[in-house]
Amino acid sequence: METDRLIDSLAADLKPAPPRIVSRRMAVAAVVGAAAALVGVLWWLGLRHDLMTAMGGMTFWMKAAYAAILGVAGFACAERLARPAASPRRGLMLALAAMGVLAAIGVTTLMLTPPGERMAMWLGHSWRRCPFNILALSIPTLALALLAMRRFAPTRLGPAGAATGLFAGGVAATVYGLHCGETAPVFVVTWYSLGMALSTALGALLGPWVLRWR
Amino acid sequence: MVFHEVEQRLKALMLRAQAGDGAAWREVLTALNARLVPYFRRRLGADHAAEIEDLVQETLLAVHSRRMTYDASQPFTAWAHAVARYKLIDHWRRRRVRAHVPLDDVAETLWIDAEHEGEVNADLDRLLGGLPAKQEQLVRGVKIEGLSLAEAGERFGMTEGAAKVSLHRALKALMARVGARGD
Repeated sequence: METDRLIDSLAADLKPAPPRIVSRRMAVAAVVGAAAALVGVLWWLGLRHDLMTAMGGMTFWMKAAYAAILGVAGFACAERLARPAASPRRGLMLALAAMGVLAAIGVTTLMLTPPGERMAMWLGHSWRRCPFNILALSIPTLALALLAMRRFAPTRLGPAGAATGLFAGGVAATVYGLHCGETAPVFVVTWYSLGMALSTALGALLGPWVLRWR
Repeated sequence: MVFHEVEQRLKALMLRAQAGDGAAWREVLTALNARLVPYFRRRLGADHAAEIEDLVQETLLAVHSRRMTYDASQPFTAWAHAVARYKLIDHWRRRRVRAHVPLDDVAETLWIDAEHEGEVNADLDRLLGGLPAKQEQLVRGVKIEGLSLAEAGERFGMTEGAAKVSLHRALKALMARVGARGD
């Protein structure tokens, strides 16, 4: 029967499956995508003027840590959703926990601020641009990670695309901290999160179309 | 063989295959083939033999080319079932059939369908055997193979309306028998 011949030909000269290939390809996408985002910051947006001083303070690292943790959460979700029948629960929990913690800090600092200054704290100077800058910087990582994902076996294409988008958004937002001079936790938890949500949504939109098995 | 023994055996084979053992891979694919044929036949209807074979082969090819995504922390049966289910849904989507894979289509169905097929068929034969021959064929045609009333009527030489009435009587008789036994 034809199927038996197919099985014979597939079993003949079988190559070992490379171990941890999903994580490795995603890591390559992150490194190359982050480098592209860095080029974007250097040539297009510009480094923040007080970068050296800022790197000595807490808020710079708070922003970087928040964005990086969401990127790691997206990585964890995507690494699972690249496989049939695997659950992205741990990555989701990590993302929700990070957002919960920063939201709590953000709301607390907002409450400790005089009511008249709260709006200024929340909107900062760049709330209009911030989410779209993050979205733009996420595109190289998103493209590379989706290409990698195509070779794997995602069976839930929308969620797999979304996880890839969160991963790309986290990478982009981490690099974006080199440009962005905002300091308020409530700004970061709102507008950085919105930027990453945009890249997540873009990934979710592209997923069913790009990730279909051929 | 009990389900968890199937799982243990196939998982061990899969891990050997991932390390490059061609004989283990042949065993995995052969076992999968044996399960996939009834799995797709049940969902597409026995009339679509050519499509079923295509789908089985496509699924085996996908399992082969995406085998690196299996991870030892997952049950192999669930992994393989998810690939088969994806291929089935993709097949329907390409043919623009709006069908739903039933909610109870969980990992075990790929394996249990085949396992209990013998028993289930014996039960069915016993139950349907009590009906007049024509009614039995009609129930099998419509309820098991998935023919429409018009198609079934054509096959058994009756009008659609007559087929409908006859099927209704047959089902009523079956209900009565099952109900009587259940009391």
